[in-house]
Amino acid sequence: MMFASLLTNSKKAVTTIAVLLFVALLGVNVYELQTTPVDAPQMLFNNMLRIDHFSLWFNTLMTGCTVLYALLMGKEVAKVGAHVGEYFALIFFILCGIFLLSTYNTLLMLFLGIEIMSIPQYILAGSDRKNLKSSEAALKYFLMGSFSTGILLMGITLLYGAGRSFDIRELQSMLHSDTLNPLGLAGIMFIMVALGFKVSAAPMHTWTPDVYDGTPTPFTAYMATVVKAGAFFAFLRLFQVTFNLLSDHWTMILAIITAATLLVGNVTAVFQQSVKRMLAYSSIAQAGFMLFAVLAVNATAWQGIIIYAVAYSVATIGAFSVLVKLKDYTYDGFNGLAKKDPLLAFVMTIFLFSLAGIPLTGGFMAKYYVLQAVVQQGNLMWLVIFALLMAAISVYYYFRVIMAMYFKPGNPELHEPVSTYDKVVLILTCLLVILVGVAPQIFLMWM
Amino acid sequence: MILVCLILIPFVTGVLTFAAKGDTAKTIALISTIATMALSAYVSASNFSAPLTYSHKWIPMLGTQFSLLADGMSSMLCLLTGIVMMVVMIANANKEVKNGGSFYGLLLLSQAGLMGVFLANDAFVFYIFWELALIPVYFLCSQWGGEKRIPVTFKFFVYTFAGSLMLLAALIYLSLQTPGLTSYSWADITRAGAALSPDKQQWLFWMVFIAFAIKMPIFPFHTWQPDTYEQSPTPVTIVLSALMVKMGLFAVLRWLLPTLPAGVAYWSNTVIVLSVIGIVYASCLAIVQTDMKRLIAYSSIAHMGLMCAVAFANNGVGMHGIMVQMFNHGINITGMWLIVSMVENRWGTRDMTKLGGMASSAPRMAIAFVIISLASIALPLTNGFVGEFMLFNGLMGGTESNAITLMVIAGLGIILGAVYTLNMIQKTAYGEKVGMLVAKDLSINEWLGLAIIITLILFLGVYPKPLLDLTSGVASMIAH
Repeated sequence: MMFASLLTNSKKAVTTIAVLLFVALLGVNVYELQTTPVDAPQMLFNNMLRIDHFSLWFNTLMTGCTVLYALLMGKEVAKVGAHVGEYFALIFFILCGIFLLSTYNTLLMLFLGIEIMSIPQYILAGSDRKNLKSSEAALKYFLMGSFSTGILLMGITLLYGAGRSFDIRELQSMLHSDTLNPLGLAGIMFIMVALGFKVSAAPMHTWTPDVYDGTPTPFTAYMATVVKAGAFFAFLRLFQVTFNLLSDHWTMILAIITAATLLVGNVTAVFQQSVKRMLAYSSIAQAGFMLFAVLAVNATAWQGIIIYAVAYSVATIGAFSVLVKLKDYTYDGFNGLAKKDPLLAFVMTIFLFSLAGIPLTGGFMAKYYVLQAVVQQGNLMWLVIFALLMAAISVYYYFRVIMAMYFKPGNPELHEPVSTYDKVVLILTCLLVILVGVAPQIFLMWM
Repeated sequence: MILVCLILIPFVTGVLTFAAKGDTAKTIALISTIATMALSAYVSASNFSAPLTYSHKWIPMLGTQFSLLADGMSSMLCLLTGIVMMVVMIANANKEVKNGGSFYGLLLLSQAGLMGVFLANDAFVFYIFWELALIPVYFLCSQWGGEKRIPVTFKFFVYTFAGSLMLLAALIYLSLQTPGLTSYSWADITRAGAALSPDKQQWLFWMVFIAFAIKMPIFPFHTWQPDTYEQSPTPVTIVLSALMVKMGLFAVLRWLLPTLPAGVAYWSNTVIVLSVIGIVYASCLAIVQTDMKRLIAYSSIAHMGLMCAVAFANNGVGMHGIMVQMFNHGINITGMWLIVSMVENRWGTRDMTKLGGMASSAPRMAIAFVIISLASIALPLTNGFVGEFMLFNGLMGGTESNAITLMVIAGLGIILGAVYTLNMIQKTAYGEKVGMLVAKDLSINEWLGLAIIITLILFLGVYPKPLLDLTSGVASMIAH
């Protein structure tokens, strides 16, 4: 991909090559999935990576989401600036980082994965060089990101001191409740904070709105979805595999973080005037729900993170792809969209339904799975009730967009009329959202 | 398969109607509702031999099946839905609606949702339909309602959505208590719920009940209701007040009483007292209203309050009375709203201080109005009397220690009901008003719609046996 821009100058050709390569990657993933036996994970590079069926399936789904992203956003990515080839190359790097995050077996690989995933994002955030906000986003993201990386490294070091290993499975047997020393405990907390930063959990979320707002919209769509899902997967893997026996020590702290994330995300989203910023805060709110999966140490949590990752990514990518077509990102910019372009308004409604968790859309099933995981856990019922109240609040800001589109008069300006190609892809995305909501088992079949 | 058709016919025709325009949409909707009505009548009739069931595997890993059951109560409510929707379509046939395609489409979709709620025999399926029935109504009210429609409908939506989410959490909790894997079938959920310790049932009770109480609505969860009824276009008000509030009561009978018996026993006194407060409070408010729609809205709170109080009195006759009254209330209030919309169409106002003399300018309409009002205050030989008599009988025979006191206070509701209803008739149908335009009497389709309603009122008032027979089995099963 990196060399694609050397071969051709046409933006269209680069975009097409990128889509084809994503599809090829998806093919390779599926092939691997078929050939890897379910109960015999492959160990690579001196047990640095552990490729099991589950992580392969996650990779496949995330690649699938990326294909969808490329199909929906390809044209918009090309509009950001002159270096289309680089943009796609950077997205490939991000994907590479996510693959490491889903397969890591040592903390070093976790660190590498996080870095490979983050650094291209810093560049993408600042890719619109003429825009001051974009540069601000890049700088902010970079500074805060490096800071959290430092904390992650610190945590890894402390854990090494406590468990004398980087291997996440060896660490599990080394860290017992009865032998746990402050060193190990501090390590866990540091890692929790660092990963919490990457998934924008409160109170480590403050970078999110500015960065998401400043970054060119097509890249925000990617950062808020697939990247976040990848970070969550890493989070889940570490806490379910390594720290699962110590859950008494960290559950309460993580529960409070979760509650804070839900509160901050939902309440602040209510007061936003720009839909893009609202989606940024809503992504914090949704992160709160995904943290539910990390909280619950059981098998349903794994299913939950998969369903949530897919449902949330697809709906958010869809919502962003509608957003980029509009000139005005405020709520008023959506006024009267239903009259101007009924199809666009309809698919947006379905995406927002999914984000709000209305039944028969993917978002409902996603929320259902993670809630079930926590209810199964038993002692966190207060958090479940709190989260549901927050979900009711979320209806407020999602439906504001729907109200603007359907019930308010206005004449929204589009960048260009929606092409047939866009329509087809949007309808497919919409069907995918409903498919997750009606038959979630399809997305768990190869786990 | 017939049961699936009950949901599919309105759903498919609803989607079709979106593509159609104006009169075509109206025709499709009318034919569809007639077909659904006929089918629900068949389902009700087949109940006398054996209830219909349907089951298909859906998401096995969640333990949910797409299973439907049409016992006496379900098929009675489906029949009510069928009749009410049909009457709405008939009475609306000569009216012009902006964007008719989407309007009728959404109405049919809400009918599909309602049918699903009444038929579901699986808690997960029930929950999904419960939410889905709400969405079309949200769009209907927000797009075609009165001036303040958008904030009012939004309040209604958020209110009910928050309640539903609590219900969801409770259902997840219950399903995890079932033996083996999670299961959502009615039998497993009720068994698991009843086996829980009393203190757990007590807090689960509120998580479940709040959702239902908001829908019914029970004092103090009723604040969304008068505004929403007032702001909605009349066909939607009918769907809301005749059918959707029944969802709440139905859910109490089907999903709450059998599932959490200890929780119900512990809280029933509280709920009865709240309901009785609601009856008196709503009746008093109804007396001072000048807007016909608001008056009927408050009267509906009073009627639902009585039914809810009896539901928690745990008495066989009372339970039977609820079933009968659910049907009757649905029929009567549909008639009331139809009259109100006709008044509004002709004279352009619902303000009773500006109305009067309907009897001289539109005598047939006035007669229909009087008959429906009398049924609504439960005069003997109307259907309302049968239901109300059984309800009071049930409330008095309940297990509460102060049953008599409660009954007397609830009885105030009837007296007050007569006050505001007769007052409304007097102000609108009789009396003289200067400057009141002479308007046309009933058109054919309006006449037909009201004729169906009045026939049912009189028939069930004189001979309620079919309705009683249909629901007796379920009633005795719930009350034990």
